[in-house]
Amino acid sequence: MLAHDQDSLKRTPLHSLHVSLGGKMVPFAGYDMPVQYPAGVLKEHLHTRAAAGLFDVSHMGQIALRPKSGKLEDAARALERLVPQDIVAIAQGRQRYAQFTNSDGGILDDLMVANFGDHLFLVVNAACKEQDEAHLRANLSDDCIIEQLADRALIALQGPKAEAVLAKFCAEAPAMTFMDAGPHEVAGIKCFVSRSGYTGEDGFEISVPVGDAERLARMLLDNPDVLPIGLGARDSLRLEAGLCLYGHDIDTATTPVEAALEWSVQKSRRTGGARAGGFPGAGKILAHFDNGASRRRVGLRAEGRAPVREGALLFADSAGGEPIGKVTSGGFGPSLSAPVAMGYVPVSLAALGTKLFAEVRGQRLAVQVAAMPFVKNTYKR
Amino acid sequence: MTTTLYTSDHEWLAIDGDTATVGITDYAQQQLGDVVFVELPKVGRSLKKAEAAAVVESVKAASDVYAPISGEVLEANDALTAEPALVNSDAQGKAWFFKIKVADRSELGGLMDEAAYKAHTA
Repeated sequence: MLAHDQDSLKRTPLHSLHVSLGGKMVPFAGYDMPVQYPAGVLKEHLHTRAAAGLFDVSHMGQIALRPKSGKLEDAARALERLVPQDIVAIAQGRQRYAQFTNSDGGILDDLMVANFGDHLFLVVNAACKEQDEAHLRANLSDDCIIEQLADRALIALQGPKAEAVLAKFCAEAPAMTFMDAGPHEVAGIKCFVSRSGYTGEDGFEISVPVGDAERLARMLLDNPDVLPIGLGARDSLRLEAGLCLYGHDIDTATTPVEAALEWSVQKSRRTGGARAGGFPGAGKILAHFDNGASRRRVGLRAEGRAPVREGALLFADSAGGEPIGKVTSGGFGPSLSAPVAMGYVPVSLAALGTKLFAEVRGQRLAVQVAAMPFVKNTYKR
Repeated sequence: MTTTLYTSDHEWLAIDGDTATVGITDYAQQQLGDVVFVELPKVGRSLKKAEAAAVVESVKAASDVYAPISGEVLEANDALTAEPALVNSDAQGKAWFFKIKVADRSELGGLMDEAAYKAHTA
């Protein structure tokens, strides 16, 4: 990597911590980020599922959406103009998964939306955060004050030991359930804490002021149950959990229905609901709900040991014919010790157990449509 | 008497008479990280120098292993198929990939000795 490129990369508030921990730094979404630490991707992955892992996700965008009227419902109604989710119904102290859609029904980004009482708190993808902020400003400025919270870092603590570790610094943590979110003190630092994550494990995401981020990360890492985890294991963990990676499994050409994200669109925004439609691409997305889409994101398990990766073409037969779909994420699942993948296939070939073939280095490998998540999630409900 | 030579693509080959044993270097396995899958060439396959001969995959990515020289594959190390992690624990020993019959000794001239390879990876 050229020195010039390295210089142009942004750094998170935990950058020097990553380097001191021996993180192997790579460019990701414009940031210099740790892809792994000396333990390696495999151990980091398995440790997160067995104990606890600490992830720096400070590259992600944190945005506050404040109602100009002072009434939170006005901000919620405004945001509903951009997402197919029911934002009004998010209770104070709760969080929901959402997508910004475009006029074609495609997905501009996926995000988390939390109700913090006087404002909505959004967490968006790093690569999309400027675009998302501009999108919010262009569409919601009449009703909302939009503030990119650049003064906050974001740390995820994930795994079965996450609750016990965080409880030492935040007495309220154990009482939180999956998708609870709100302001809490962690080690005396004013943070926003949510019980959520991107691994399929129970865990927390902690938004912390930049100046306190390294101190908090070091306190959490002092616990022998906690290892730092890089982007490599973050990807294999989310893949096993069946979670979408924006720009790969979902993008501007996939609707929430094609992406098998129907569960994230509440009835109130669907045909016949109290606030049906009214978001970009509603015509197409609601038609997909009402009449079905022609293709669908599915999980894939390989019969052999060879990983089937992003871009692999899918076929209905072992020889001949045109491709029927494509793998959008794939690799080796360390917890399953087997290859796992996801991709898009025609609805007629989306049933669980359907046998398909993935082309890898010119050979067609047998794969089967399989249920996701591949590894059972352990959210505390 | 065995001579070990190296390629700029981080393969090693140990020459013993007409037989060359090929693997990837310790430096290469460190760069790859945890190896989870290895695909080996079939015995009897005739390899041309610089042709993709084997595949080694870590959790994150797949990489080709190239034939450092031309020749026929005499043997493949099936132990790697069963235990890919051997590549991480013993890259330049038990984790050899395949053996080939040296077809053209002049091709060996373009390869590096240990000192040159060390300088290459420094």
